[in-house]
Amino acid sequence: MAETIFDPNIIKDQNLVYKRTDHMKEKALSYCPGCGHGTAHRILMEVIEEMGIQEKTIGVSPVGCSVLAYDFMNVDMQGAAHGRAPALATAIKRLMPDKFVFTYQGDGDLAAIGTAETIHACNRGEHITIIFINNGIYGMTGGQMAPTTLPGMRSSTSPYGRDEATMGHPLRMTELVATLPGTCFVTRQAVHTPGNVRKAKRALRTAFELQTRKIGVSFVEIVSNCNSGWKMTPVKANTWMEENMFPYYPLGDIKVPEKID
Amino acid sequence: MKELRLMKGNEAIAEAAIRCGCDAYFGYPITPQSEILEYLMVEKPHERTGMVVLQAESEVASINMVYAGAGCGRKVMTSSSSPGVSLMQEGLSYCAGAELPCLLVNVVRGGPGLGTIQPSQADYFQSTKGGGHGDYRLIVLAPSSVQEMCDFVGLGFDLAFKYRNPALILTDGAIGQMMEKVMLPASVNRWTEEEIKQQTPWATTGKPADRPANVITSLELDSAKQEKVNQKLQAKYAEMEKNEVRFERIQCDDAEYLFVAFGTSARICQKSIDLARAKGIKVGLLRPITLFPFPKDEIEKLAGQVKGMLSVEMNAGQMVEDIRLNAKGKCPVEHYGRFGGIMPSPDEVLKVLEQKFIGG
Amino acid sequence: MTEEIIIAGFGGQGVLSMGKILAYSGVMQDMEVSWMPSYGPEMRGGTANVTVILSSERISSPIINQYDTAIILNQQSMDKFESMVKPGGTLLYDPNGITRHPERKDINIYKVEASMEASNMGLTKIFNMIVLGSFIKIKPIVQIENVIKGLKKSLPERYHHMIPDNEDAIRKGMEVSVPVQLLS
Ligand SMILES: Cc1ncc(C[n+]2csc(CCOP(=O)(O)OP(=O)(O)O)c2C)c(N)n1
Ligand code: SF4
Repeated sequence: MAETIFDPNIIKDQNLVYKRTDHMKEKALSYCPGCGHGTAHRILMEVIEEMGIQEKTIGVSPVGCSVLAYDFMNVDMQGAAHGRAPALATAIKRLMPDKFVFTYQGDGDLAAIGTAETIHACNRGEHITIIFINNGIYGMTGGQMAPTTLPGMRSSTSPYGRDEATMGHPLRMTELVATLPGTCFVTRQAVHTPGNVRKAKRALRTAFELQTRKIGVSFVEIVSNCNSGWKMTPVKANTWMEENMFPYYPLGDIKVPEKID
Repeated sequence: MKELRLMKGNEAIAEAAIRCGCDAYFGYPITPQSEILEYLMVEKPHERTGMVVLQAESEVASINMVYAGAGCGRKVMTSSSSPGVSLMQEGLSYCAGAELPCLLVNVVRGGPGLGTIQPSQADYFQSTKGGGHGDYRLIVLAPSSVQEMCDFVGLGFDLAFKYRNPALILTDGAIGQMMEKVMLPASVNRWTEEEIKQQTPWATTGKPADRPANVITSLELDSAKQEKVNQKLQAKYAEMEKNEVRFERIQCDDAEYLFVAFGTSARICQKSIDLARAKGIKVGLLRPITLFPFPKDEIEKLAGQVKGMLSVEMNAGQMVEDIRLNAKGKCPVEHYGRFGGIMPSPDEVLKVLEQKFIGG
Repeated sequence: MTEEIIIAGFGGQGVLSMGKILAYSGVMQDMEVSWMPSYGPEMRGGTANVTVILSSERISSPIINQYDTAIILNQQSMDKFESMVKPGGTLLYDPNGITRHPERKDINIYKVEASMEASNMGLTKIFNMIVLGSFIKIKPIVQIENVIKGLKKSLPERYHHMIPDNEDAIRKGMEVSVPVQLLS
């Protein structure tokens, strides 16, 4: 196309409907184009901005593609060793009970090497929020099988597809932690459409608000894509996610706390 | 059948494991060694030899699976890179305490902490001085070519079983990721049930009526007995120091100066030697192949011959302590290191040698 | 005889596989070879490079910072590696996307319009083979028959139907490089 379709004159204050939250640092995201991590980061930071709790929030980043989350999220953060984020969050919350504390973890981090930390933080009912990005694969290390990899799904360490007989079954960590009395709110969301983004954001808001009630872990899974690891275009990855991931990992609330009036 | 191939160091380790009759591999992905697990998964060793390959949920799990497999008298191995190997230290200490023969590969990356994924030799202390708690040693092999990556898998298992001790292949991301020609050995069969019982009568293979139950443990609460256990371990390490020291001498006979380096650094130094000799500087290289047992006597002997030794390492100065200890003051010993995943270049190494000893 | 080569460009340009085929060609000629890649997240769209050494003797260091030949496929690599060519050595580059052309006076410089040729042939994927063809023409260290054998060895079976296209590209590459500066 020869002529430009973008008219710079439309940038006026009265036309502004949406902008980058300054709770995201001014730094280009290191994620692959189309990856869900970026959207998840943004709505998380929007929630913190809208609640006005930046000063009272401490985050824990994992090891995985989001290892550099602290480069993007404009709140105080600690980088955990692989899988240990819930242990760090436990200590942070115990020492500073009035803070809002969250972890942000991938499926390898949360559901493989960090299973013990996840289960026990949930079982102790720590008053923290755990955000679990489930893309069914190890993105950072180049596409190895994750505990959440679907049956028959190919990865570099399940090159012939995940064989449940020898590699186990995809782990529904979210349903699992929902059975623990220490969790108060457990939900599964997605961020690949505007509607889902809105719902996921509302869930994050609820999760953070619940921290003040001190009734246990609020746990938000976000089923996401990994177009690089799945070796698909971003658009294809999203369709594939809807067709394959959602049937196994159905979206919606799994456990909600009793209302207080 | 022997076979010549162009392979990455990591792949050579995996293929060698299948060919040398390894019974099981347990591991967890981490860069720069994930190709070992990936290669094994592609090759379906279960179909080729019956070898078990499992992606564990963590390195803690991997090393404990190795402990148990070794306890059954099987040839089992794991591999990881620095952060993962740190996680394995507890399990390794238990393996050493229970005298379990097994093989570990550490494809080292720069630390401390999560560090970098680029090559490093910063895990020398951890590897050669024990690493976990208690008085123990690993047999440490340091390959400097893809061929040696392949060869040391079989050698590592042999030594591990000879001494009932964990063996470690200490390598780094450069050799792991590099491709070279490699002559793969012919396949040998995995041990049969009968052979396992014969080779490892101590293993938990199921108690028949005619022998007492076998127990694999590192626990001995009676201090007097625990001291005996330790003395036995120390005697074993002394035996290794007597029999198993391996090293390579490169242009040492007429050398006036000496590089001491292992693994990737040793390769770099070989090029530095060419550059030096072209300038008329007589330099040689002592390349320790076993880092434990360390070539103590050879160091002492060469210290009496040369005007100076330069330890070239991709760390802040670790092996240099062992060199100084064994040079016994017979010649000056200096260190040159790069860290954080940076590898020194051959001309840089030569310049340092000239500066430190010749005054250039 | 030892030839120390760096091949550098963007991830996705086939830099690593071109190096691998070259290394395999060396194996086919009974040479000693080493192939040392840059590895890690750099590979995702960032720069990628590989050092290939072909030699009639045992190879000392696979890690070097002086090259007989630099094959350069993007600007970042030009900035980084031009100065590392040994005096009297060779630099081969694809001018596509290059904003600062090589300036050294003490090396041989060739260019090859490989990306243009590849799109003319309607086969952008064999871009790297055109470059490889130019290289083996300029430095006839490995014979084309051995390169084809190397290609077969390094390509997985399921891609073997692409070998004829690759061979065409190599032959094309042998014709289309042009000297920019030759030392006498
Ligand atoms: C102890 C240890 N073992 C292994 C690794 C290597 N490693 C880094 S990230 C990762 C998995 C990442 O997958 P996931 O948690 O699903 O996150 P994603 O990258 O997909 O977002 C692994 C195995 C490490 N850093 N530390
Ligand atoms: S590798 Fe996958 S999870 Fe990581 S940034 Fe890319 S798309 Fe996202």
